[in-house]
Amino acid sequence: MLEVKNLHVYYGGIHALKGIDLRVKEGQIVTLIGANGAGKSTTLRSIAGLVRPKEGSIVFQGTELTALRTHQVIQQGIGVAPEGRKVFGNLTVLENLELGAYNRPPQEFQTDLEWVFSLFPRLEERSKQLAGTLSGGEQQMLALGRALMSHPKLVLLDEPSLGLAPLVVEEVFETITTINRQGTTVLLVEQNAMAALHVAHYAYVLETGRITLEGTGKELLQDERVRKAYLGE
Amino acid sequence: MSATIFFQQLSNGISLGSLYALVAIGYTMVYGILRLINFAHGDLLMVASYTAIYAVTMFSLPWYLSFPLAIALTGCIGILMDKVAYKPLRDAPRISLLISAIGASFLLENLALVIIGGIPKGFPRPEIFAKVIEILGVRVQVLTIYIPIMTLVFLMALLYIVYRTKVGKAMRAASKDIETTRLMGINVDRIIALTFLMGSSLAAAGGIMWALKYPQVNPFMGVIPGLKAFIAAVLGGIGDIIGAVVGGFVLGLGEILLVAFFPELAQYRDAFAFVLLILVLLFRPTGIMGEPITDKT
Repeated sequence: MLEVKNLHVYYGGIHALKGIDLRVKEGQIVTLIGANGAGKSTTLRSIAGLVRPKEGSIVFQGTELTALRTHQVIQQGIGVAPEGRKVFGNLTVLENLELGAYNRPPQEFQTDLEWVFSLFPRLEERSKQLAGTLSGGEQQMLALGRALMSHPKLVLLDEPSLGLAPLVVEEVFETITTINRQGTTVLLVEQNAMAALHVAHYAYVLETGRITLEGTGKELLQDERVRKAYLGE
Repeated sequence: MSATIFFQQLSNGISLGSLYALVAIGYTMVYGILRLINFAHGDLLMVASYTAIYAVTMFSLPWYLSFPLAIALTGCIGILMDKVAYKPLRDAPRISLLISAIGASFLLENLALVIIGGIPKGFPRPEIFAKVIEILGVRVQVLTIYIPIMTLVFLMALLYIVYRTKVGKAMRAASKDIETTRLMGINVDRIIALTFLMGSSLAAAGGIMWALKYPQVNPFMGVIPGLKAFIAAVLGGIGDIIGAVVGGFVLGLGEILLVAFFPELAQYRDAFAFVLLILVLLFRPTGIMGEPITDKT
């Protein structure tokens, strides 16, 4: 479904991604784990067209994304929940969700909205509230819900568990498996390797701009190096 | 001062305030999204006034065609200004944008000076705007009443677009966070162009009404009203549409009433406005309605 080949990204003189190759198959949850600064977010940002790679290709369902602008990438059927949630705090919860559905036909809106509300009942209760007044966990749910409002084939989630209480983290990961079971493919970037590997079908480990390990979630959970470096054993 | 004169001055203040408000909205909308003070914004008053003059005198169009035409054309010039002067600098430091804005302003003024010349042109004032009527014993120009009414109509239309439509939602989102707005699949460049279109059209409407009120049009006529409207936008809290309107009225009324009560200060009218700007920047930089500074960098 998504294939990234030999991706090189530079920030000024810094070589942030040094030839990334990864694949996301339809129906899977694929995760990208690694430490701070390994290049996880940069990979997602390149897919979304927010960062221009110097070299390499990103193909989504037969379309080359590297030549497209961000809004065009999204229109291919990709939803993004960015790092740090980035909800529009000056708009209401409902307005945030409406923006997520910007390019959807209006007659689909109600169905999509009900779907998102069924995943996150809390958002329905707070739909008239300004998004800036929500708690961190609720904002994360809104960011996820907003990304799903376009009914994407693939969602890119950037650190959805960052800064959340353990119980809320669990809730977020449960929702990720739920939407995946309902047919959405997920590319998940996480520092919380344990939680991410548990839900992922396939995983990549990123270190200073290179993929150093890959395998199914189960394999990596048992891998000696992963356990040492990321699971704190 | 008699009550009659007071009401006359009050209505003058309201209509001047309306004009400041119309122009201030454009400053504030563009600032809201791009964090740019578009110093060329005031010159759009001049562009609109000349366009209206030529539509009337050269093409002998009636005012009710030529004024909307001038507003539409000025709106397009606003978009063009963004495309030429600001869009290539989207990722540049903000100071570059500011310098480009000052350049755009000088370009418009001097282009008009070269093409049209520096001799002021009279603005063709249609009969219906020149009438003087008497309300409760107070003699006022009908224009003084039309200006606030037109301003109200434009303002309602604007608020409807910004708060009730899809593109309005996208505008408000972009004023918060452009990158995330892109992630919603929204073409932000189009939203920015629309913002310039709307802001410039309002400035054009303000410019035409300004020219009806003070029917002397020259290449630099937009400078002082533009600066005043900028002060109004800062006073109200830059980035906030309602704030721009409130700031416009406060400044317009303040200026007129200052002169009405203290006629000997008449020459200090402009100084009053700039002192107000300095005071606002010193003591309440976020203005009357402004959001906290910490909100966005």
